[in-house]
Amino acid sequence: MRIAISVTGQDLDSSLDPRFGRCPYFLLVDPETEEHQAVPNPGISAGGGAGIKAAQEVVNQGVKTLITGQCGPNAFNILTAGGIKILQAPAGPVRRVLELYKQGELAEVNAPGMAKQGMQGRGFR
Amino acid sequence: MIISVLSGKGGTGKTTVAVNLALSLAETERPILLDADVEEPNVALYLKPDVIVDEVLPVSVPVPEIDLAKCNYCGRCAEFCQFNALAVINGSVMTFPELCHGCGGCAIVCPNRAIREVPRRIGTVEKGSSGPLEFWQGRLNIGEPFAVPVTRLLKQGLSELEGETAVIIDAPPGTACTVVEAIRGSDYALLVTEPTPFGRHDLDLAIQLVRQMRIPHGVIINRAGSNNEIIVDLCNKRNVPILLVIPFSTRFAAMGAKGIPFSRVMPDWQKEFRRLYHAIKELCQCVN
Repeated sequence: MRIAISVTGQDLDSSLDPRFGRCPYFLLVDPETEEHQAVPNPGISAGGGAGIKAAQEVVNQGVKTLITGQCGPNAFNILTAGGIKILQAPAGPVRRVLELYKQGELAEVNAPGMAKQGMQGRGFR
Repeated sequence: MIISVLSGKGGTGKTTVAVNLALSLAETERPILLDADVEEPNVALYLKPDVIVDEVLPVSVPVPEIDLAKCNYCGRCAEFCQFNALAVINGSVMTFPELCHGCGGCAIVCPNRAIREVPRRIGTVEKGSSGPLEFWQGRLNIGEPFAVPVTRLLKQGLSELEGETAVIIDAPPGTACTVVEAIRGSDYALLVTEPTPFGRHDLDLAIQLVRQMRIPHGVIINRAGSNNEIIVDLCNKRNVPILLVIPFSTRFAAMGAKGIPFSRVMPDWQKEFRRLYHAIKELCQCVN
């Protein structure tokens, strides 16, 4: 079962991006085989509603688990409606994040974080 | 003739200039004063007698409403929306009305005609008067992100005016959409600045904006003092006239703090603002 991780690059050597809506890629990884595929986050170029766009993409990819730093209320509601479990991890190498995930060390996020953290609220309108 | 007062930098004295200019013309020109800073309107604080509101117009934007009986969750609406105001997830459609710009595109691309637009109230436009002055203001509801529809409705009435009414528009700070909407269609733009590096920087942005919009413009230096040359230098470089200089003095500041437009108690300044108005009128005639 593949999981999605918000990341800065396109492979296992990249880092987790703590920003959900504005991360450049989602890495879809099979934790057992470590087979992976990077999908661009369409939210990164959104004028507003980046988290919504990103969450829609994660839902469309059909994963059931997401690992990220934090996401705002709109993204949280979509992910939850999509039946996706959100796990929180600190910024750092993706391989390390995967290890923590396999050891069951990542805490589940049960409430949204603050809105508009990805661009510090500077998205244009 | 429509004169807009804008600044780039906030807090330079737009409202001070707009109110003093309008009051100085009140008896002779019967101007309309518009507070187009709909996110935080403050002109009314300076108006005595208190504003009497004659008319309140609701401002609404159309937002999508989904008929789930017709929706097949194809997701075209969410794909189409440039502002991500819709998401389609596992047999449900979520809408985010506060992100919707009201373009209606989602309803057009929906192949099942499952979307209709319903109005959502975001603010009000109030029309009234204070003494001889006609006064209109827009007010965006707290927490709403898009001010432009309020500004648009506020200004709609201007196109119905007949003859040569003088209109003074107090624009919001900055150079973004709300300012563009506030000053669009103006005959002249007054750029109020202060002699600080920040004032100069944002004045330059404001100059670029009015140039792009092809609105004739001139500068007012407020809180003028020892550092005026940084503004004069920029105006020379950009070839923009300086029309008025208001000194930095505690007298002005004290009156501002009490909500008293200084020209009310200093008749010389009424003359100055009338002179300013007639200078602008002449400048506009030269352009036309």
